[in-house]
Amino acid sequence: MTRLTAWFSEGRSTGKHTLPFVVILLSVTILASAANLLLPADSIFYVSTYTITLLGKYLCYAMLALAVDIIWGYCGILSLGHGAFFALGGYAMGMYLMRQIGDRGVYGNPLLPDFMVFLDWKELPWFWLGMDQFWFAMLMAVLVPGLLAFVFGWLAFRSRVTGVYLSIMTQALTYALLLAFFRNEMGFGGNNGLTDFKEILGFSLQADSTRVALFLITAILLAVIFVVSQKILSSRLGKVVLAIRDSESRSRFIGYRTDRYKVWLFVYSAVIAGIAGALYVPQVGIINPGEFSPINSIEMVIWVAVGGRGTLIGAVIGALLVNYAKTRFTAIMPDAWLFALGAMFVLVTLYLPKGLMGLYGQLKAKRNTVTNKESQA
Amino acid sequence: MRRITLRHCIALCCCLFGLFSLTTHAAESASLDPLLAELGEAKIKDMEPILVRIEAVSDESILPLLRTLLNGNLYYNEAEKKVIGQFESNGETYYKDVFTDEINAGIDKRDVDKIRVNNKLRGYLRNAIARIQLTSKSPSVRENAVRELLSKLDDSTVATLESLYPFEINKKVKDAMGLALAMNTASQASLAPSNRIAAIEKLSTSLESDVRNLLMQLTRDDNAAVVDAANVALGKIEERVNRFAFVDQLFFGLSLGSVLLLASIGLAITFGVMGVINMAHGEMIMLGAYTTYVVQLIMPNYIDYSIWVAIPAAFLVSGLMGVLIERLVICRLHGRPLETLLATFGISLILQQLVRTIFSPLNRQVSTPSWMSGSWEINPVLSLTLNRLYILAFALLVFIVLVFVLKKTSLGLNVRAVSQNRNMAKAMGVKTNWVDAMTFGLGSGIAGIAGVALSQLTNVGPNLGQSYIIDSFMVVVFGGVGNLLGTLVAAFTLGIATKFLEPTTGAVLAAILVLVFIILFIQKRPKGLFPQKGRAAE
Repeated sequence: MTRLTAWFSEGRSTGKHTLPFVVILLSVTILASAANLLLPADSIFYVSTYTITLLGKYLCYAMLALAVDIIWGYCGILSLGHGAFFALGGYAMGMYLMRQIGDRGVYGNPLLPDFMVFLDWKELPWFWLGMDQFWFAMLMAVLVPGLLAFVFGWLAFRSRVTGVYLSIMTQALTYALLLAFFRNEMGFGGNNGLTDFKEILGFSLQADSTRVALFLITAILLAVIFVVSQKILSSRLGKVVLAIRDSESRSRFIGYRTDRYKVWLFVYSAVIAGIAGALYVPQVGIINPGEFSPINSIEMVIWVAVGGRGTLIGAVIGALLVNYAKTRFTAIMPDAWLFALGAMFVLVTLYLPKGLMGLYGQLKAKRNTVTNKESQA
Repeated sequence: MRRITLRHCIALCCCLFGLFSLTTHAAESASLDPLLAELGEAKIKDMEPILVRIEAVSDESILPLLRTLLNGNLYYNEAEKKVIGQFESNGETYYKDVFTDEINAGIDKRDVDKIRVNNKLRGYLRNAIARIQLTSKSPSVRENAVRELLSKLDDSTVATLESLYPFEINKKVKDAMGLALAMNTASQASLAPSNRIAAIEKLSTSLESDVRNLLMQLTRDDNAAVVDAANVALGKIEERVNRFAFVDQLFFGLSLGSVLLLASIGLAITFGVMGVINMAHGEMIMLGAYTTYVVQLIMPNYIDYSIWVAIPAAFLVSGLMGVLIERLVICRLHGRPLETLLATFGISLILQQLVRTIFSPLNRQVSTPSWMSGSWEINPVLSLTLNRLYILAFALLVFIVLVFVLKKTSLGLNVRAVSQNRNMAKAMGVKTNWVDAMTFGLGSGIAGIAGVALSQLTNVGPNLGQSYIIDSFMVVVFGGVGNLLGTLVAAFTLGIATKFLEPTTGAVLAAILVLVFIILFIQKRPKGLFPQKGRAAE
């Protein structure tokens, strides 16, 4: 047990949150699930299925925030297109769920999803083949975002496109995909996207138990990804990544192939985003081209900025907090949410450059200067 | 709104006609009135001979009556034995004298009967109107009348044209008449083939669609020589039509390019010269468009002039907002481009929501001044819309003024100095803070002006800016940061490329292809088309 604890807590400053995080995350998840499944609906400790789904959604966002933080906080690559990887993972899952509907659709076609029947298509496009196999769809949910990230990153980082140029390029990427997925001819359901899912691996998506299971799986995967990312980033490779963030040209002159590090980190991050998307879709029940819209990708960045970039725990906390605020705000006064979000962007960048995780350090530094001044006086 | 302006024009024309007819109407009314009464009482099949007689005794002043009849708005008041026009305004029905336009309030719906017309009569009426116009004093009216007749030549119109042709002095009208007569000659199977072939050759210089239709018919003619001649003529016409279609496409490309130029040129200053990423740039455009809307609200009776007020107003509104943003946010984030990007994105969200709260999330309608609506018809297959033409010219003008400001004024000198070496400029006594604020204000103000132009082309809504921001960044990055000429070239290149891709790929795919192209291009040449050289380059 002590060895396990030691293994979790390895790595100096950044790793100290790992064990508490995993413990808290898993215990809250298990408690909430138990409260939903075991307690009667009128108990005060009962957690509704709606809340479970909402929490599951937040955890997907937290995973996505981790993906953004890994490249932005640790490597200084500000991607404004991570929504694209998320959505691609989501579409892979959506395609699997679509095929699972089978002949229970409105048109009752055993092979073709409803929207293809509606468009008068006669056979399944080639990229839908194999998507009725769960393992294949999940492979695609990881492979497609990874491949896109590899091609894009390989092209961009090799020609040393950095900084704001790269940010704008990634934004253009997700914008181009947004336009493409809106087209009916693409074969992904166009404007409406994929929805009306029935079941996953034979379990009904409407059932409480399936929802709880999805929630649990999300939490476990989030914990696993958190630990693995922590290990990677506190390893030697992680140190090189930090060096690249702080001074890319110096790292290059020392002899590191900085572009390779960046490409692989970018791919890793995209894969996490893809997994998050694949977990997101069965819980919310829909995937449409709106997920590609540039504003979504920028919102992800603000989660990380609020929580504190450069710390994995900060990304998770930021995603949970901002999304909770969004849920509350949009319910109470929907118009105010965009004001609040906008103000958050401005205030966090101006006054909280290290996010909430850096707040403690900022306050301590301030108190130190004050005490210094007092002692000098 | 545009439709209303058009309606205003028509109303104005009607008034003029009315005035004109007041003077002449008195003299004729003696012989005309009984005929009109006869018309009102006649059955539909007996009306044509009456109309022939009406045409024989009258001149241009009869046109309003014929037009009203053609539109089915002519009514007959049996009690007074008079015809009267009906029109609707704001859902109410009114009756008026067709010649004087005087509203006759004493008439009720029940007093009048509609004078009905059928398709045969409508055809006759159109021809009659054209024939009367042929003798009009204004050459342009005469020319339009001839062109109107091309599609429905019959014996009586041909006879009229033949009698008028030798006396026509205006060259354009004479050419049009010659064309009509040639069409007649070519279509007469009874004439000698040599005459018809000569006529067909003459037709091959025309671009009228009626001529093309006739030639298509002639390719199925019994006479082989005529068929050959028609085919040759059609080939010639086709070639010219294609050439003009190319020009048309080029014009649309240039128009899109001018929009991109306007949208991105402000960004080229803030991003290119200052190195500041302003994600709220699109919202500056939006503010400009909304300023146009507000100016039109304030002066609803002077829409034609509102644009001259809107341009400086939009420049001021967006420019001041830019200065405010720079002073409050951007100057505190110096040298942290990614943070600037995020903060300005936050500002863009706030501005969008602000506009949504003030003006509602729905699109607002901005009217086009009458001098900007309509189109410039160069020939039957090529007509350029005026508003696009003006915006193209305006974009170039803005570009030239901006280049002048940056190259020739002291502000421009300071801006260039700060962008090249901030510390050195500071050491030389340039107030860099002030220059930053002014540069940002200038860039934002130009975006506001772009908003005025865009309000004439697209819907004005809270999302107006968002739809241009990515394209604008693409233009600036493609052209090379810090290079205004690069922005110009990039804007027009992208505009034309998009428009030429569109017919083969469709609009959305064209946009995607262009984006992908730029993404790949930037990998190859990260500094754009015209990279900065020398010490100014990083």
